Amino acid sequence: MTSSEHGGLQALAAEAAANVSGGGQAHEHVERHDVEPVNSAAHRPLYEGRKAIHPKLVHGTFRNIKWVVMAVTLGIYYVLPWVRWDRGLNAPDQAVLLDMPGRRFYFFFIEIWPQEIYYITGLLVLAALALFLATSLFGRVWCGYACPQTVWTDLFIMVERMVEGDRNERLRMAKRKWTLGKFFKKTIKHSIWVLIALATGGAWVFYFADAPTLARDLVTLQAPAVSYLFIGVFASTTYLLGGLAREQVCTYMCPWPRIQGALVDDQSFLVSYRADRGEPRGAHRKGDPWEGRGDCIDCKQCVVACPMGIDIRDGDQLECIQCALCIDACDDIMTRIDRPRGLITYDNFDNQDRRAKGEPMRVRLLRARTVLYAILIAVVGIVMLSALVTRSVLDVNVLRDRNPLFVTLSDGSVRNGYEVKILNKLNAVRVFNVSIDNLEGARMSTLTESGLEVLPVEVPSDRLRNMRVFVTVPQDKLDQLDDGVADIAFVVTDTTDGTVVRNRTTFRGPEAR
Amino acid sequence: MSDNSETTGSNTGGPETGKPTRHVDDYTGVETTGHEWDGIRELDNPLPRWWLWSFYACILWAVGYWFLYPAWPLASSYTKGMLGFSQRAEVTQQVAASRAALGKYDEQLLAGALEDVPGNPELHSVALAGGESAFGDNCAPCHGRGAQGFKGYPNLNDDSWLWGGTLADIQTTLRHGIRWEADDETRLNDMPRFLDDGILSRAEISDTVQHVLAISGREADPVAAARGAEVFAAQCVVCHMEDGRGNQDLGAPNLTDAIWLYGGDEETLYASIAHSRRGVMPAWQGRLNDATIAKLALYVHALGGGEAAAPAE
Repeated sequence: MTSSEHGGLQALAAEAAANVSGGGQAHEHVERHDVEPVNSAAHRPLYEGRKAIHPKLVHGTFRNIKWVVMAVTLGIYYVLPWVRWDRGLNAPDQAVLLDMPGRRFYFFFIEIWPQEIYYITGLLVLAALALFLATSLFGRVWCGYACPQTVWTDLFIMVERMVEGDRNERLRMAKRKWTLGKFFKKTIKHSIWVLIALATGGAWVFYFADAPTLARDLVTLQAPAVSYLFIGVFASTTYLLGGLAREQVCTYMCPWPRIQGALVDDQSFLVSYRADRGEPRGAHRKGDPWEGRGDCIDCKQCVVACPMGIDIRDGDQLECIQCALCIDACDDIMTRIDRPRGLITYDNFDNQDRRAKGEPMRVRLLRARTVLYAILIAVVGIVMLSALVTRSVLDVNVLRDRNPLFVTLSDGSVRNGYEVKILNKLNAVRVFNVSIDNLEGARMSTLTESGLEVLPVEVPSDRLRNMRVFVTVPQDKLDQLDDGVADIAFVVTDTTDGTVVRNRTTFRGPEAR
Repeated sequence: MSDNSETTGSNTGGPETGKPTRHVDDYTGVETTGHEWDGIRELDNPLPRWWLWSFYACILWAVGYWFLYPAWPLASSYTKGMLGFSQRAEVTQQVAASRAALGKYDEQLLAGALEDVPGNPELHSVALAGGESAFGDNCAPCHGRGAQGFKGYPNLNDDSWLWGGTLADIQTTLRHGIRWEADDETRLNDMPRFLDDGILSRAEISDTVQHVLAISGREADPVAAARGAEVFAAQCVVCHMEDGRGNQDLGAPNLTDAIWLYGGDEETLYASIAHSRRGVMPAWQGRLNDATIAKLALYVHALGGGEAAAPAE
């Protein structure tokens, strides 16, 4: 098979390969690599084992951004459960706590009950929209910088580099036979990986229980078995996905690469090789003229830097997580050979076309889809915020008995039964006065008390109280019912601050005869 | 690459091998599977080898499962598996476990006085839940699912009780039933059939009806009611008492209130006096255990009309 028959990238690659063999003296300070991209399309059998990728450390803007993002995200993940937040007595003082047995989520000043799970839904909607917006603007920035898979893989590679050395040492070690030294280094590397994995699984369980208490229990083996189970599960997945599977998670397991194709357009800035500037590529000797050839000297620094094992010069492709490390790698080389930086850069299809036509480049961040995403984010954000601000710390639910609809008592009065639930979402015992509105002569009774106009109810802090309340209307007041029905309301008043919640329901009696 | 060059070589195929050729994607140089949907073709990339091993591992897992767990249907049975696992046995165990857990409450219920149970919220709520369940199984056919009653079957939500509405009264009624002849201690008292047995004439019964209408606060013919009062004083006060307020010891209803088991209109009252009424409730002792009867008594008492026990003398 000859690649040129198929044109496209394979043809370019073949030409480039021919150029490399041209030989000649390389630039000073420019390292050259004789490598093929690991995930090349050239030869693929039915099943293929993973070929190890040994990314080379690069230095530059995007590498620094990634270090900062890694430090911030890992810092948040490991430290957040230990942040304290005073909520008063009888309430957890952990800033972020998912209290499953107590059926409460705590997030700093926010506390939500199970029926308020729509706040979580809103957060997920916001997160999805933010992801759409970021992707339509700058491609897979989430994948490249912030995704836990990327961050932990980066961390694991960093450990690998510290123990085994950079790419070249690792390659040499991979080819070497097993020696005591190699075994020692591998053991150290995997031990550190396991420690990181255990810390990751360990931090996870702290979000679900009081962190200091659980930490003490974990050490003294007093913690519940499920804690150890979850630490085990998350430690093994961290080790497996971050240490061993790495780029395969993104390429084979994650659905996001498939979805992103629908989210980017010709204006989205993607990490791209500027073929118009780089081609025809080929080796370049110091002092040779640059006329008639591209800026790409085919040093393959972009390939060795790539944690996904691809060649960015093949164009936008599914495996690319847009981590921009190839930009740093290439910019470094461009500086050394005294050519303008940005041969690999954030670029878009529109500008590729415009350059081809000789038109000036342009940046269009405001487009129909980005504006729509931004509007949706604003709308959902405002709805969520207003829901949060107006969140009631007192909820009342009233369920009317439906069988029997009403009970006639011996003195001719009519009684209805109600299930009254009062939710006290404050961290304080509250006393409420329950009264009936819009029903003259109504008296309330419970199993223990009767004939009450106002029923005092004490609800424990942060709890729900469920009561059976009977409402009785004397016979001579029954004419206020309209065909056997009256619209009434239970009025629940906080005796301390006067907050009032009305819950509408009905009172039923015999229909007019 | 030579081993598959005949399929990837070109679109025109290799005449020397005679094998069918496959389409090759221009952009990636990868063969496609040959399927096409609206111009979209599927690349035939190799599967990752770890995926293949995971697949084999799943197959092995399934085979292991066949031996360990119930799996294959046979003609009249199924393979039981070496672990002897059975969902039915698990359910039986769970039911037994929950029975045992509830047994603790049954003992508490029978150990102390029934009147003390409402003071123990945990025990009370367990008893009410058990009572509601037992009520649905045993009592709802006559008294209704909401204990609302029907004509001839009392409403248990209200505050009117034929044989008493204290916990002890309700428990006794449940145990021994009403006019249940198989039980020696059953609640028994029959109202005479005043017309059928020739005790009263039709006119006297009509007068008595007017009297009953009058004492229950409704419109009545004063002259007839006055005549009826005399009949009432002679025939009815033994059970219904002089003021007509009834007697719970005898199961005689209060005739002055708003609640009528069979109906309070003139015609129904006449029929009740003329032909009597004879409502029957079975005795539940022996059919339900003591704990269940106690729970039922607590449940019915808490429906809204339960009476407080008379202070001990």
